[in-house]
Amino acid sequence: MAEEREKLVQVRHLVQTFNPGKKSEVRAIQDVSFDIYRGETLGLVGESGSGKTTTGRAIIRLYKPTSGEILFDGNDIAGLHNGSKQMKEFRREMQMIFQDPYASLNPRMKVKDIIAEGIDIHHLAKDDADRDAQVANLLQLVGLNPDHATRYPHEFSGGQRQRIGIARALAVQPQFIIADEPISALDVSIQAQVVNLLKNIQEQRNLTYLFIAHDLSMVKYISDRIAVMHYGRIVELSTADEVYNHPLHPYTQSLLSAIPIPDPEKQKNA
Amino acid sequence: MADYKITADSFKPAHIAKEQQEKLGTDNMTFMQDALRRLRHNKMAMISLWIIIAFIVISVLSIWISPSNPNTQHLKWNNLPPKIANWSIPGFRGYGVSAGEKVNVYAQNNVPKNVWFVLGTDSLGRDIFSRILVGTRVSLFIAFMATLFDLTIGVVYGLISGWKGGMVDTVLQRIIEIISSIPNLVVAILMLLVFKPGLTSIIIAIGFTGWVTMARLVRAQTLQIKDQEYVLAARTLGESSVKIAMKHLIPNLSSTIIIQTMFTIPTAIFFEAFLSYIGIGIPSPTASLGTLLSDGQKNFRFLPYQMVYPAIVISVLMISFNLLADGLRDAFDPRTTR
Repeated sequence: MAEEREKLVQVRHLVQTFNPGKKSEVRAIQDVSFDIYRGETLGLVGESGSGKTTTGRAIIRLYKPTSGEILFDGNDIAGLHNGSKQMKEFRREMQMIFQDPYASLNPRMKVKDIIAEGIDIHHLAKDDADRDAQVANLLQLVGLNPDHATRYPHEFSGGQRQRIGIARALAVQPQFIIADEPISALDVSIQAQVVNLLKNIQEQRNLTYLFIAHDLSMVKYISDRIAVMHYGRIVELSTADEVYNHPLHPYTQSLLSAIPIPDPEKQKNA
Repeated sequence: MADYKITADSFKPAHIAKEQQEKLGTDNMTFMQDALRRLRHNKMAMISLWIIIAFIVISVLSIWISPSNPNTQHLKWNNLPPKIANWSIPGFRGYGVSAGEKVNVYAQNNVPKNVWFVLGTDSLGRDIFSRILVGTRVSLFIAFMATLFDLTIGVVYGLISGWKGGMVDTVLQRIIEIISSIPNLVVAILMLLVFKPGLTSIIIAIGFTGWVTMARLVRAQTLQIKDQEYVLAARTLGESSVKIAMKHLIPNLSSTIIIQTMFTIPTAIFFEAFLSYIGIGIPSPTASLGTLLSDGQKNFRFLPYQMVYPAIVISVLMISFNLLADGLRDAFDPRTTR
């Protein structure tokens, strides 16, 4: 069924090596290939240091990939140069939600200016009134009070900050969003709130997600398919149910066994 | 308390509207307002601030209003002690000690009744008060220039070095190490080979070496900030490097920059005074706190006022800048205090 759908992102033999040829050489990603279909959510799981975040940052071109291809909507974006026209267009199409809501908002900027940063860069607002209206809409979309636009980030809670980060990513109307562990720094009670918000927005705006996390249970909830990463390689990639119920790779099995079961009887027998 | 009854109504869930839940109760305060509020609570820093403001106002006003020309010599009225009008203020009566006896120096030198010098005169009969005003002005001008170099060369150099990283950073840091390994005094003396001694050569010497600490601090902070997620977010939005520096780096570096500037100023003031004191700074007849100290020091045992007053001025000026810098550091960085 998935084969019929359009491939939005195609990653081909992606390799990311830091400090190549030096003593401190790190091979973060070693020959990774996968596709992301339009409208789906691909979950990317793995332990700390397995290269999940690096993969996300390489796809959104925060890093320059050492080799390999990244096709976005049919165009190779792995070789784009910063400041080029294609790069600027690409920046509008793909956005990122970050892990730490306390570090991802500039403490010296008003919420209004944080959210409108992308609007300013890509000249998406006709005038100041239009800009304010867009910001108010985005705030409402993520469930925040538009009156908060003139506040500074330190006045908000972790969950509220994360929602401001989501509003910032949505401001440039992207097609594809990379969520880099967006819930791992939040309280359990807020996690579900943010994940449900992401799901609702996906339906409303027909977005495609790459959802990076280390918590398999939450990833299963939001993802259509799951890729499991280990030491810079993808060891398993299948539908969420398949990975969850019939794990093939021993590493996936060990990841699944690490999920705590909220039932003492089952936990004992497992 | 006895008549207070607990009914079932007391346990009804409180109704809070959805908008109320997200409401923020605190005042809308910017980072700068918050820092200034903390600064105002610091008494020493505020006193220092007002002293510095007073120094600046007085020394600027003295361009137009001065008790007498600081370079005019009255050879008959040399070495007069301090005297304010005909008031009887201890230390300002115009009396001096000559051969173990207290004498009215003004009367001895046949100074007219209506002529008096607030802080006395030097060995060439020049008004010391006017000369101190000129010297303070020179010191503050040096402070201004040092700030200018710190804010232009230092900040930009540090930003480029930290932001670019890699080879650029390595080369820029080696240059800084070379510059900082040459003592300031050597640079100042080498300047005298090319330029005439004076304000220009001192300013060029400060411009050559004074910004190094600022560049290093800004670089270190930039390295820290550039991996923060809000900078990454700006990059994924397609913000240019210059804009990121202006919108994200400099506002978050502002406390470091302000604090370091306040510590640079007293260093620069002292550097100028020191050069003038050893005779390679401001040339005569222009006054500077350094030359006043060096002139006064020759007669210190007999005419102490010639050295004491310039010494007080430079000490107060430097202590004020240092205390204000401490206060600003506490205000901008509340976590690091005590």
